[in-house]
Amino acid sequence: MTDLYRTVRLIRRFEERAIEFVRSGEIVGGIHPYIGQEAIAAGVCAALGPDDVLTSTHRGHGHVLARGADPARLLAELMGRETGLNKGRGGSMHAADFALGILGANAIVGAAGSIATGAAWAARSQGRDTVAATFFGDGAMNEGMLLEAFNLAALWQVPVVFVCENNGYATTMPVASAIAGSITARARAFGMPAFTVDGQDPEKVLEAMNTAVARARAGRGPTFLECVTYRFDAHHTFEHRARLSYRSTEEISTGRSRCPVEIQGARLTAADRAAVDAEVESLLDAAAEVALGSAHPDPAAALAYLYAGGA
Amino acid sequence: MPKLSYLKALNRALGDELERDPAVFLLGEDIRAAASNVTAGLFDRFGADRVLDTPLSEQAFTNFATGAALAGMRPVIEFQIPSLLFLVFEQIANQAHKFSLMTGGQCKVPVTYVVPGSGSRTGWAGQHSDHPYALFAHVGVKTVVPSTPADAYGLLVTAIRDDDPVVVFAPSGALGVREDLDFGTLAPIPLGEGRIARSGTDVTVVALGHLVHDALAVADELAGRGISAEVFDPRTVYPLDVDGVVESVGRTGRLVVVDDSNRTSGFAAEILAVVAERCDLAAPPRRVTRPDGAVLPFALALDRAVQPGREQLVAVINAVLEDR
Ligand SMILES: Cc1ncc(C[n+]2csc(CCOP(=O)(O)OP(=O)(O)O)c2C)c(N)n1
Ligand SMILES: [Mg+2]
Repeated sequence: MTDLYRTVRLIRRFEERAIEFVRSGEIVGGIHPYIGQEAIAAGVCAALGPDDVLTSTHRGHGHVLARGADPARLLAELMGRETGLNKGRGGSMHAADFALGILGANAIVGAAGSIATGAAWAARSQGRDTVAATFFGDGAMNEGMLLEAFNLAALWQVPVVFVCENNGYATTMPVASAIAGSITARARAFGMPAFTVDGQDPEKVLEAMNTAVARARAGRGPTFLECVTYRFDAHHTFEHRARLSYRSTEEISTGRSRCPVEIQGARLTAADRAAVDAEVESLLDAAAEVALGSAHPDPAAALAYLYAGGA
Repeated sequence: MPKLSYLKALNRALGDELERDPAVFLLGEDIRAAASNVTAGLFDRFGADRVLDTPLSEQAFTNFATGAALAGMRPVIEFQIPSLLFLVFEQIANQAHKFSLMTGGQCKVPVTYVVPGSGSRTGWAGQHSDHPYALFAHVGVKTVVPSTPADAYGLLVTAIRDDDPVVVFAPSGALGVREDLDFGTLAPIPLGEGRIARSGTDVTVVALGHLVHDALAVADELAGRGISAEVFDPRTVYPLDVDGVVESVGRTGRLVVVDDSNRTSGFAAEILAVVAERCDLAAPPRRVTRPDGAVLPFALALDRAVQPGREQLVAVINAVLEDR
């Protein structure tokens, strides 16, 4: 209970601080804030074991943090520093931490589902007990490559959980204008169980994910979770300046009324909650200090790591 | 000595690597039944988990291989048609190739992409006849185009053992080539190492894949007229054996490239460029290529008309020898 709260609070405050670093210019290129969707990352990752793996998206900071990556190294990555998770070579949309089974955030919508499926299949064929979780948005439901991955995963009973974060929009495109039929019906058509989950409540997500992971570990193949959520902030920080009008202020305030941090926070005593909040702030203070104090990569090494073994 | 065909060499390389390394597995369309013959007998020897017959889902299974590679496997994908590489260019150029750098060296992606029957298959028309090796070289994906059975064996083995993605083009014009050899001499061949397929003194002909055999035939013909043509086969398109090309052209002082790429930004263009940067030439270099933006037309005469041919090569060699 407290752990889930710590995770959603950590993600929320990380993102709020990251937005400030975008404004101040410490983070170049902007970010896709995860604010509002924290319960999904928290619930999904809480159900994973140490040998499990995940793939993430352009809106991936929450997934990476919930899996336990060091916030200082994630922040350093966003700032393009040598101490970053990817040594400053990946940035916001490519954060990876292979030591934790984070096989990378992916900037191509719909691409990672098939990568996660391959990784889970390979782990099983090596006799490992690995389950893969792969995050993607509602927008990815229209990418053929992802639908192909559903088929492969269901056909070969691959231990993968497809986590669709339906936040109502693909950038400015509403789900209703983009998806014929229903999201879960598409998944069921491939013969896998599909559930719609309250994506604002980390405990609900965790419960659904526990079932999905157990099923995968038992060799019964993939599960699809549609986590219904709402993106509280911009699609990307560029939107803070661009002022796109695709959703009304009423809609935004209704959407924000179910806040995962408040939902989970209400389950703690005020004192416990305050203690976690303070812990998160000091963790993030320290993270900022480390990240800001870290070296920038040497331009002479701009193409380091292009090929395997190339330091 | 026993004869080995190019196709059989590919098959042998796959079988040997599957045998040697449990991390190697094959995937692709109709590979269980071995529709292209490249995987003949392998399903029976290694079973369904190592010879994985896939549905027609090129984009997903190409990324699937990347995921499997990230988890420690060495997948080898067989593609049925060279033009399918356009469909999975994203998955190779934008995913598999980029993982190492983007993750700061946290992972490797040892996937091999094999295209048996690349280039024109004669009569298969516009969407089955491409030869896009220059595209992969352009984005920095390791790319080989073996010309002989021994090279097909050796380069495929090396590609599979390499820790990066490697594309292996097996030109349809070379699949039938047979070679007398002692199977004991089959061995891995390093990437980026060209080969002098025939020594000569008057002109260097750089040729790749099936065109090496055309270049050799032309060199034979010209020898009868007192012209000594050297044929240099780079074997690997990327990384290119620049030193090997420069060494040969440095001796002959003349360069002709015969290349089954489209002309603009093609492989021949790159050879001309590196030679221009590093060699003193006795005559301007020339190239025989497919035309700009070529779409291979169906009718046989048209198909042949847009592919580099021996007559063009003879004409161009003569022109280079006259230019001085
Ligand atoms: C294949 C592809 N097409 C387009 C884009 C540009 N793009 C980036 S994010 C995005 C919206 C994705 O929507 P969704 O999958 O719902 O995720 P969300 O942004 O809502 O988290 C688009 C169109 C992309 N990155 N990849
Ligand atoms: Mg969305």
